[in-house]
Amino acid sequence: MTTYEPVIGLEIHAELQTKSKMFCGCSAAYSEAPAANTLICPVCTALPGAMPVVNQKAVEQAILVGLALNCTINPMNQFARKNYFYPDLPKGYQISQYDLPVASNGWLNILAGTDPQRIRVRRAHLEEDTAKLFHHDRHTLVDYNRAGVPLLEIVSEPDMHTVEAALDYATRIRAILRYLGVNSGDMEKGVLRFEANVSVRPTGSSELLTRTEIKNLNSFRALTRATAFEIQRQTQIYQSGAEVVQETLGWNDLKEMTISQRSKEEAHDYRYFPEPDLPPLEINRAWVEQIKSELPELPEMREQRLIMQFGLTVNEARLLTSDKALADYYEKTVSLSKSPVKTISNWITGEFLRYVNDMGLDLEHLPFPPEHLAQLVDLVTAKAINDNTAKEVLAGMFKTGQSPETIVKANNLGQISDQDALELVVAQVLNDNPKEVASYLAGKQTVFQWMMGQVARLTRGKADPQVARKLLLQALEKARISK
Amino acid sequence: MTPSESNKPAFSIDADMVKHVAFLVRLGIQDEEAQAFSHQFSAIIDYFHLLNEVDTGDVPPACETSNTRSVMRPDVIKPSMPREDFLKNVPHREGDYVQVPLVFGEE
Amino acid sequence: MQPHTLSIREAHELLTTKQISSVELTTAVLDHIHKTDPLINAFVTIADELALEQARLADQRLRQSEDITPLTGIPFAVKDCISTRGLRTTCSSKILENYIPPYNATVIDRLSTAGAVLIGKQNMDEFGMGSSCENSAFFDTHNPWDLERVPGGSSGGSAAAVAANMGLFALGEDTGGSIRMPAGFCNVTGLKTTYGRVSRYGLIALVSSFDSIGPMARSAYDCAAVLQSIAGQDLKDATSLPDPIPDYLKMLDKPVKGLRLGIPKEYFQAGMEAGVESSIREAIQKFEELGMEIREVSLPHTTYGLPVYYLVLFAEASANLARFDGTRFGLSVAEGAENVIDQYLQTRREGFGPEVKRRIMLGAYVLSAGYYDAYYLKAQKVRTLLRQDFEAAFEQCDALVAPTCPTTAFKLGEKTDDPLTMYLSDIYVVATNPAGVPSLCVPCGFSNNMPVGMQLIGKHLSEDVLLQIGHAYQSATDWHLKRPAVSK
Ligand SMILES: [Mg+2]
Ligand SMILES: [Zn+2]
Repeated sequence: MTTYEPVIGLEIHAELQTKSKMFCGCSAAYSEAPAANTLICPVCTALPGAMPVVNQKAVEQAILVGLALNCTINPMNQFARKNYFYPDLPKGYQISQYDLPVASNGWLNILAGTDPQRIRVRRAHLEEDTAKLFHHDRHTLVDYNRAGVPLLEIVSEPDMHTVEAALDYATRIRAILRYLGVNSGDMEKGVLRFEANVSVRPTGSSELLTRTEIKNLNSFRALTRATAFEIQRQTQIYQSGAEVVQETLGWNDLKEMTISQRSKEEAHDYRYFPEPDLPPLEINRAWVEQIKSELPELPEMREQRLIMQFGLTVNEARLLTSDKALADYYEKTVSLSKSPVKTISNWITGEFLRYVNDMGLDLEHLPFPPEHLAQLVDLVTAKAINDNTAKEVLAGMFKTGQSPETIVKANNLGQISDQDALELVVAQVLNDNPKEVASYLAGKQTVFQWMMGQVARLTRGKADPQVARKLLLQALEKARISK
Repeated sequence: MTPSESNKPAFSIDADMVKHVAFLVRLGIQDEEAQAFSHQFSAIIDYFHLLNEVDTGDVPPACETSNTRSVMRPDVIKPSMPREDFLKNVPHREGDYVQVPLVFGEE
Repeated sequence: MQPHTLSIREAHELLTTKQISSVELTTAVLDHIHKTDPLINAFVTIADELALEQARLADQRLRQSEDITPLTGIPFAVKDCISTRGLRTTCSSKILENYIPPYNATVIDRLSTAGAVLIGKQNMDEFGMGSSCENSAFFDTHNPWDLERVPGGSSGGSAAAVAANMGLFALGEDTGGSIRMPAGFCNVTGLKTTYGRVSRYGLIALVSSFDSIGPMARSAYDCAAVLQSIAGQDLKDATSLPDPIPDYLKMLDKPVKGLRLGIPKEYFQAGMEAGVESSIREAIQKFEELGMEIREVSLPHTTYGLPVYYLVLFAEASANLARFDGTRFGLSVAEGAENVIDQYLQTRREGFGPEVKRRIMLGAYVLSAGYYDAYYLKAQKVRTLLRQDFEAAFEQCDALVAPTCPTTAFKLGEKTDDPLTMYLSDIYVVATNPAGVPSLCVPCGFSNNMPVGMQLIGKHLSEDVLLQIGHAYQSATDWHLKRPAVSK
């Protein structure tokens, strides 16, 4: 039977982080609005006669993203009207960009599984968000607080051929937006939304078959589930000898399936034409250069630098740079700690991130600063506590926000590396277990580990293992001689 | 210059097309109306084919008549309008919300 | 003295010398409106109380002799497509019959700051779509010179009101002759400003790239006084021009001797009413006597002005009128609606008149996939040529002169059955709007007892030159002073 490979393109709608809306002075912080329809004015509610004026900051943020995605910034921009009727669209048209967007023809490097791949970015254009609808049984309610919030739509070419590649692309775009400070990446608040164009074709062929468009993908999970579902659905259709119909699909999170929304015959005729209320927008070189100079280090560059600078593995570097806040936290900890970088990296990529993920924490609002984590790792390095104790301390840090030293002192968790104290413990172990000592001296090496365990038991794990090992060996040698 | 005196236009926009564009702009129209509009539209659009006489080979489209460029506003929050000023014109409201009939079928 | 017959200039003199108060003047105008308007039907809304309140404030300013402008205390009205806070603004459409804007158009704020007194809102063709004022959803406005004739459109209510002395001036709006054509039909001086010279914020859009607000008044002088107050950049209208505002009143008395006046030959073709042509020819002779240099010029794409104008109009208007959907304001027909689409279909079916329906459907048609290039894009390309025509002409002259309409005012009902014939009455006035240039309509005679208007067309931002020429002409003639019997 013919096998099929998927062809995936993504459209990402990202709300920009401006103070005011795209075309009016209303606050864009709709999620913090005191009540419905409070952040509104004649412009964003489309009262007769109201006119839009472009928010300069939104244009700057769009240029920033365009540059980060290696796009050409178009020197001449034009807004356009996209005409359709829907109750969340007050003007009956959305002001968007059509043939002259802010940015076009860029690319982004991703990993498709383990293979590096370059995904082409077709364009990134500015537009405005819609009002929020609340569907009830008999009617729908409209809140215009979100209407007119700036959106950047980033459109890829259909260059992705696995669900993993699409996920990696989306993840990296999110990271870049967060690095640039133009989007919080808070998917639950809906500030980032995906649409996937999916088709399949016989493996190895280069043709493009009928594609479907899946809307309403509001999480990475929805993105991966929906594309996987759709790939399988289309593959089965072809394998059964039927044809895929071009249509728009909605993803149903509960039923975990795509649902047809309309077929091509009813497809909107958006009747785009240049927005006459907004003069063309020239973006001159000087402006672009100035914004370019403000471009921060981006995930890919940072990944490379961390590998070079700290000898991280590719996977560690990827993980640590996947989020700007995490990478910042990591680098800050490294700079504050006296411990080897390798140790710090292990702690952060291991225990630390496990807690963050388990507790669903926001990396920007952790309960303790990098200073505390540096302290913790340094305590381990200095053998003031052992690994197990350190894990306990870390748990306490997440729970209470206290410094590791405070926690160690308060719970008397300090490691016993004091020679005299440990000699007593070792002597007791030998005293209490004459049979085991005898079998060790008779050549049974494995008993040694058992006796180390006894030392740990008596010290409740606080014994410095290296010191304990040395003393135990010495005591056993003494016993051999005196035998 | 007086096309209404010329012969019956060869060009025609039929009633189905009229109904199609009426739906695009969400105008409820009936069959008889569509028929009447179809004759008028055919005459009007046919007259506008006059433009085909003009060679516009290299001519760029005008996109605006104002000579301004790049007018933008700073990202500054302006006070919003009092909610009641907006809501008092709303034909159907429920509390602070604007109410519309059910939305379904599309998107 | 009959205060309602005063010009702005005369009234200002009387107000500042305390020979009359604004309340007296405003009361006289309102009384005259209540007496006369039942014959004319120029007003959709008369705002007696609001007017008197503003007049009292103006009188305070006048008494204290501070912050006085040429418009302080002057009663005026506006075309009903300009938003007025707290005062119904209908566009003469059923769909906005009960709409009360919560905000003022920038021009209203500016006139209010100047101390002018708003007395009401004037009838128009619905949403500005028409050339006769017969497309108002409410009633037809009658031409004060002959009540059986149309006042022209779409600012027909404004022209008729100013002609009948119902308000010392009006703000009209010109999308494709809507100020000049009715001004010509009613013997009023009216100025279509350069696109972008006057803020459109709060003007209910017909064609966003054509619409221009301008004054309609008794003389070029009065138009200059009004323009002075309303011109200038507005940060709420991104298309408004930042260029400095000249002192229009000061420019009026500059001599016109030596200015070059172009006669576009394409505007003097067969089909023009004989009395119209002879009036224009006489006016040209007058300009020559005033020392202006007359020369023939060509605007070769004139024939294409009308299709360009209408194609762009259809497209932009179809989008501009999408917001009238029965959701946030205005008429809403939701009874029996199973879903929101039903509400849209019913509301717009009942709310819009036939001409509006025609034009927004044609707009959807010319923008549709597959037709865009042939109609909309083609029109925008020819628009570039129209604009270049004017640029070339203004290399040879300082202004152009042409009739505003091939005929004088026609009879009510005469052209309502045939939309295309109605469109053709705009043939001389439409080309200026796609080009964005200013144009002043000046009364220049009578044909069969009906007024004839001529238009002076200038390059971008040359309102000062047009007003200067108009003022010179009006200083040498008295056509603009003639008033119909009902104006007394
Ligand atoms: Mg979009
Ligand atoms: Zn707003």
